[in-house]
Amino acid sequence: MLGSTRASATLEAPTADAPRPRTGLRWWARRFVRNRVAPIGLAIIVISIVVAALAPVIVPRDVRAMASQASLSPPSRQYFFGTDEFGRDVFSRVLVGSRISLVVAFLSVATALALGTTVGLTAGYYGGWWDATSMRAMDIIFAFPAILLAIAIMAVLGTTLFNLVIAIGIVYTPQFARVARAAALTVRSLEFVDAARALGMGNLRIIGRHLIPNVLAPVIVQVSLSLSLAILSESALSFLGLGTQPPTPSWGNMLSEGRQFLELAPWNAIFPGLAIMLVVLGFNLLGDGLRDLLDPRLR
Amino acid sequence: MQRYLATRLLALIPVLFGILIVVFVLIRLIPGDAVQLFLGTQVELTPEQMAELRRFFGVNKPIHEQFVDYVSRVLRGDFGVSLRTSRPVLPDIMLKLPLSFQLATLALVVAVVIAVPLGIVSAVTRNSAFDVFTRIGGLLGLSMPSFWLGAMLILVFSRYLHVSLGQYEPITRNPLGTLQSLYLPALALGAAIAAILMRYVRSSLLEVLGQEYIRTARGKGLRGGAVMLRHALPNAMIPVITVLGFQMGYLLGGTVVIEEIFALPGMGRHVLHAIFQRDYPVVQGVVLVIALLFVLTNLVVDLLYAWIDPRIRYA
Repeated sequence: MLGSTRASATLEAPTADAPRPRTGLRWWARRFVRNRVAPIGLAIIVISIVVAALAPVIVPRDVRAMASQASLSPPSRQYFFGTDEFGRDVFSRVLVGSRISLVVAFLSVATALALGTTVGLTAGYYGGWWDATSMRAMDIIFAFPAILLAIAIMAVLGTTLFNLVIAIGIVYTPQFARVARAAALTVRSLEFVDAARALGMGNLRIIGRHLIPNVLAPVIVQVSLSLSLAILSESALSFLGLGTQPPTPSWGNMLSEGRQFLELAPWNAIFPGLAIMLVVLGFNLLGDGLRDLLDPRLR
Repeated sequence: MQRYLATRLLALIPVLFGILIVVFVLIRLIPGDAVQLFLGTQVELTPEQMAELRRFFGVNKPIHEQFVDYVSRVLRGDFGVSLRTSRPVLPDIMLKLPLSFQLATLALVVAVVIAVPLGIVSAVTRNSAFDVFTRIGGLLGLSMPSFWLGAMLILVFSRYLHVSLGQYEPITRNPLGTLQSLYLPALALGAAIAAILMRYVRSSLLEVLGQEYIRTARGKGLRGGAVMLRHALPNAMIPVITVLGFQMGYLLGGTVVIEEIFALPGMGRHVLHAIFQRDYPVVQGVVLVIALLFVLTNLVVDLLYAWIDPRIRYA
């Protein structure tokens, strides 16, 4: 029914009041804005990225500057979020801390995206022994609780920023592989892929031209949701002393230091936690909104 | 059902084998000499003594032989010896395991108790103020780091409510004491799961409520409560069980962070202590035990799912 409507639409000359095709950037932008949650999520993320990028310029105080006379001062006009045990400004440290959290999250999700979609796309497209072995490998990574595997990798490799990215990246690779494989399996049996093959198009070109554009929607949703998990993982690892190391401020290690003075100066733990929650909320809202927007079953 | 059980058990073998490979390889990735790690930096030995120790630990053998040795030792229940205490690794882990398992289970109970009623009411009163409020709460719960929530709970309960958490007591000695020491950590750990679960309960119930057989039941004159209890809820809960199973991994992993913040002497704190002491056989043992527990939990959930929904086992 739908096919016949589309076929007849192509035969008729377009009229002024004919409905516009459901594609194009403007159509997507309109749908995105109409979605209630995605724009809020995107706004939170954009503001966080801008703040992180400008943090060294906009912070009111040097994040390493100690003021022993102001040690554990409560929030005030002078120190918006109070000070820590060394008299360092918590507000400035929260702003600068966002850089590490966001950089690690983006780089680790980029790693997971590159590894996972490559494995998933090729597994779904080629099938056979490669599909069986690569997806079993993904199942094995999945058999470990994510945070535990990240902890074990960090314990073994050491607490550098590079290892942090690798550890979180590896942990979230299987999710991308599964999403990409499922989409590739659906697309590879469609007629246009057969037609491309019949026209003599090579496998790599088919994957690049036809598979990748068709798996983009679920992968984009996965990117947004994985970013929220990556931020939580980075902060958990830093909280445990296995991620970003002091004196470099990150939300996780600030929380870890702040909890020692929980009763005396709770602001040290409250504000880094709220910052984590806000950014994770942003990614969750965007992910939820994009899922509603991009999932064809809901359209 | 027996055939399904056999298929699932067979499918488990490569995963278990893979877990053993990962745990084995993980420790081989440590930079430096394993024997030197055991000795520490204070002890200096002659090359002959080092070679003798390598032979004693079996690290002079080819890697595949070391792996076969490792697997055969694990199958015999020998998870190695702690580099710091010289005690066998497994008995110590088994001493810490009950606390972590009780914490994860209690967190799951907390999540179900919060999520199921809220999800049901939210679905039934779709788009009402309650529904919107619950969904926002769910999103916040999902975005909150469990260790931060834990810290905030400690702050509120100790500073403002003056409630002491009490030290952990084994469940066999004092079940009430166990509950008293674990309810806050379980709440901190279970909050995110409650948020996920609540969203699933709501969407699953909404999907079921839109099915034709529900309309038929209503058309036959069944009351709302009866339709819900007899037809909608049992069907809506089927996918929720699978989600619950997946979350057990999060809970088992999450115990590491929560035990640290609440100073609970479970497996999580044990592994962290081992990491900072560079006691790698203990790290290896705990990771292996938690991964095995996770795989077994997923198996139980799969079987439960197939038992409840016959379409799964005949698929």
